[in-house]
Amino acid sequence: MSHRDFQRTMPGAKAHFQRSKSLWSYTCLDAWMLLLLCVLCGFGLYVLYSASGQDITYVERQAVRMGAGFLLMIFLAQINPKVFMRVAPWLYVAGVALLVAVLLFGVQAKGAQRWIALPGFRFQPSELMKLVLPMTLAAYIVRQSLPPTLVRLLVSLVLLAVPMLLIMKQPDLGTSFLIAASGIFVILLSGVYWRYVFLALGAAGAALPVLWSFMKEYQKQRVMTFINPESDPLGAGWNIIQSKTAIGSGGLSGKGWMQGTQSQLNFLPESHTDFIIAVIGEELGMRGIVVLMCIYLLIILRGLLIAVRAQDSFSRLLAGSITLTFFIYVLVNVGMVTGLMPVVGVPLPMVSYGGTSIVTLMAGFGILMSIYSHPQLRRH
Amino acid sequence: MYSNDTFNQSSKESRTFTRRVILAFLIVLILFSVLIGRVYFLQVVEYERYTAISDRNRIQLQPVAPRRGLIYDRNGILLADNQPTFSVTLLREEISNMDETLETLSELIDIAERDVERFRQRLQQRRRPYETVPLRFRLTEEEIARISVNYHRLPGVQVEADLIRFYPFGESLAHVLGYVGRINERDLERIDTAKYAGTDYIGKLGIERFYEPILHGEVGFQKVETNARGRVLRILEHEDPKPGVDLKLSLDIQLQQFTEKVLQGWKASVVAIDPETGGILALVSTPAYDPNLFVTGISNADYNELRDSPDLPLFNRAVRGGYPPGSTIKPIMAMAAIDSNTVRADYTIWDPGYYQVTQGGRRYRDWRRGGHGRVNMNLAIAQSVDTWFYDVGHRMGNEPMAHYMRMFGFGEITAVDTPEAIRGVLPTRDWKRATMNEPWYPGDSINMSIGQGYMVATPLQLAIATAVLANRGRWVQPRVLMGVIDETNEGEERLTLPDLVTQHPVPADVDVKNPDLWGPIIQGMVDVVHGPTGTARRVGQGMTYKMAGKTGTAQVIGIAQDARYDASKIDARFHDHALFIGFAPVENPEIAVAVVVENGGGGSSVAAPIARKVMDAWLSGNYTLDDEGEMP
Repeated sequence: MSHRDFQRTMPGAKAHFQRSKSLWSYTCLDAWMLLLLCVLCGFGLYVLYSASGQDITYVERQAVRMGAGFLLMIFLAQINPKVFMRVAPWLYVAGVALLVAVLLFGVQAKGAQRWIALPGFRFQPSELMKLVLPMTLAAYIVRQSLPPTLVRLLVSLVLLAVPMLLIMKQPDLGTSFLIAASGIFVILLSGVYWRYVFLALGAAGAALPVLWSFMKEYQKQRVMTFINPESDPLGAGWNIIQSKTAIGSGGLSGKGWMQGTQSQLNFLPESHTDFIIAVIGEELGMRGIVVLMCIYLLIILRGLLIAVRAQDSFSRLLAGSITLTFFIYVLVNVGMVTGLMPVVGVPLPMVSYGGTSIVTLMAGFGILMSIYSHPQLRRH
Repeated sequence: MYSNDTFNQSSKESRTFTRRVILAFLIVLILFSVLIGRVYFLQVVEYERYTAISDRNRIQLQPVAPRRGLIYDRNGILLADNQPTFSVTLLREEISNMDETLETLSELIDIAERDVERFRQRLQQRRRPYETVPLRFRLTEEEIARISVNYHRLPGVQVEADLIRFYPFGESLAHVLGYVGRINERDLERIDTAKYAGTDYIGKLGIERFYEPILHGEVGFQKVETNARGRVLRILEHEDPKPGVDLKLSLDIQLQQFTEKVLQGWKASVVAIDPETGGILALVSTPAYDPNLFVTGISNADYNELRDSPDLPLFNRAVRGGYPPGSTIKPIMAMAAIDSNTVRADYTIWDPGYYQVTQGGRRYRDWRRGGHGRVNMNLAIAQSVDTWFYDVGHRMGNEPMAHYMRMFGFGEITAVDTPEAIRGVLPTRDWKRATMNEPWYPGDSINMSIGQGYMVATPLQLAIATAVLANRGRWVQPRVLMGVIDETNEGEERLTLPDLVTQHPVPADVDVKNPDLWGPIIQGMVDVVHGPTGTARRVGQGMTYKMAGKTGTAQVIGIAQDARYDASKIDARFHDHALFIGFAPVENPEIAVAVVVENGGGGSSVAAPIARKVMDAWLSGNYTLDDEGEMP
């Protein structure tokens, strides 16, 4: 054991305990992260007002969801990560059961079966799974010393595949992709040997044609449209052409808030939900997008910092996975709207209008803050 | 408490994790750079391009249809009007379920089977994107109200105001004016679609078709900002359309309707021309049809009825009806015989009732069994003596006959603005060789001399030839148009001629070596009406002016050499056509008329009285008819 390692574990931990005595730390919240999230939400509401066609009710509803998300975040921040580790398997089993239930008794909406109707509100089990899956995988993987063995790895992949396939079946390509990403991040961060990674990549490459044959027509359509959006300019390619036009015509400084012709004259579809970044690009220009990207980057940086500072592997893996999955949201959404990736239903985090994703994301940040505020040492 | 191993393990895990997180963060940075790079590419590099696309999205150039020119008769009576009407139209781009929408609409307003059928046809046709397709025209106020109340249930359904052509005189002018109809795929091939942006109608026949380029006007534009659903938010720029010009026709609607009434019950045609100007005063073909039916699209049932009617109401007899002109061309044949020096002006024959080329050969019969005795040129015209013309025709041969006939416009299209007019047939040696691969026989010349055989002429051609006769060989351009209504600087009405007309050549005057011949020829025609033995002497009774005319009877079926024509034994469809040409007053002709009554029987008994009524009306200005169709 080197001196440096000792320094890193023991006094560092002590420092945390000392800091937790400050008044702010009683809230168990990370002030930096909280500040960044508040800025992001404010920016989101500002853009949403314009993107919804100056409809204040949208902004109000979105603000209410954000408030609920913040409350959930504060609540989760109080819970010790050990609790997450303990309940993860049970939550996983419950989550998978609910996903099966969705397929059997779920509510149909827009050609997909994603909802479970409870008296009073509707609920998407797939959203729950976004957090439960990385939690479960992290909990499972850290039961042995890292890096994980091949057997553990294969079991992890099965644990990952079950909810992913169930969600794909709904069908909800975007969410299943996000869940897969969150699981894969846990595995990658656990220090899995690179040779396994490359092996898996090779296998995945070989499996692509097989996957293609299993895809639904609308999914194939999306991929084809992505490859050549001009092939169907009034049909499936319309969204991409219009969003690229919106962003491109915004230029460096934009047409001005609420002045975008593409978004205000309804040329841009889904302008207040998945395609809201196009409104930012059109009205606030490249400057607006860069500002937003900087906020996202700072949040990711902060999240990764929390992960690195965490004292046990479970917390580290979970924090890292949550943060990187958040990045995947941004990457897939912006990539999609700017025409770099196929159209997959992934919202722009905290900015796109829509309840479930905001609440889930805030819950994720709650877990991050719980990890931040509950440093712990492994007991043996 | 903590073993070295555990610490080792834990720190190793921690180090691996930190390394992977740093790697991940580097990848995040790279991918963020890719996104920013992409945004830079779209917003800076391709900025111009996307700005253009965005403007193209929101700014649209909308055509503004010009007002179609109006058409007046010579007295300023409106013959073709534009009436504001409301139609219900559908926009396919906004209708997800067409059947359902049609169903809902048919509960609200009366939509006939044929409306739906025609709508579906139009839907299939080539069409500009976001162009509405009309379903029903001429909505009533109540129907408009019912649709308006239910707008919310009917996305993509609109009530559109439009100017629709209306012909107040309906059937009376169908064969002159023609009509406008919706632009169809065939029309699209012959028009400049840019000029017709915004226009749904185009002249299909007659005056409407011929003067289409000037009646239509020039399309205007407005630059509008629209939203994605095509709704106009504001007008950015606009250029007004130039309305089409208004036309004044030579036609007199009173004479036209009067003539129509006179012809009632006959399949007949009358063309009346002012010999002084060449202006067509009346052009009637009966039966006719209501052109208003065609404007918004005629139903199949209505169309089939018109098409299948044995009286052929759709057939414009005046300009497309090819008839053997019969004896009506005898004055011209007499002129040809004498002016070509074939015979002398006082050439006289003995008519035994037939003509033979050679002794004992085929007998070409005169219409009067016993013959006319001694016959000179005057008598030959006045009594329409076939034998005299057989004789001179045989002597002349084909060429002089064809030459003189052509100078009077036969075998040619000389009228400017009757686009459907046919040439008819002016048979020549070459023509016969080309079409039948047969030589010209002497018998052909004999048939041709009395306007039978291969000769085919239209009532319009006969009227024009009559006008040329009345003018003693001087040609004036035959046309329906009097002029385009223009305003002088003082705001007074002034008529000008469009290029369409002035570019049209006027035939050269009839070239005769002996101009003194006109007198005797016309005298022969005067004697037809006023002579003691003229074939039309009955119509000459009680006439206050002097008329020159010529009767004609054209055989519909061949009569065997020794058989006699007996109308009572022949189906009405094969009765002879009755013809008459004439002009009056002889000294200073004001009207030239050609009458063709299909299966009418004799030219003198049926066609001549019709011509007289038309002339009486025109010269007296009295257009009243009693219940029997006689003039009081």
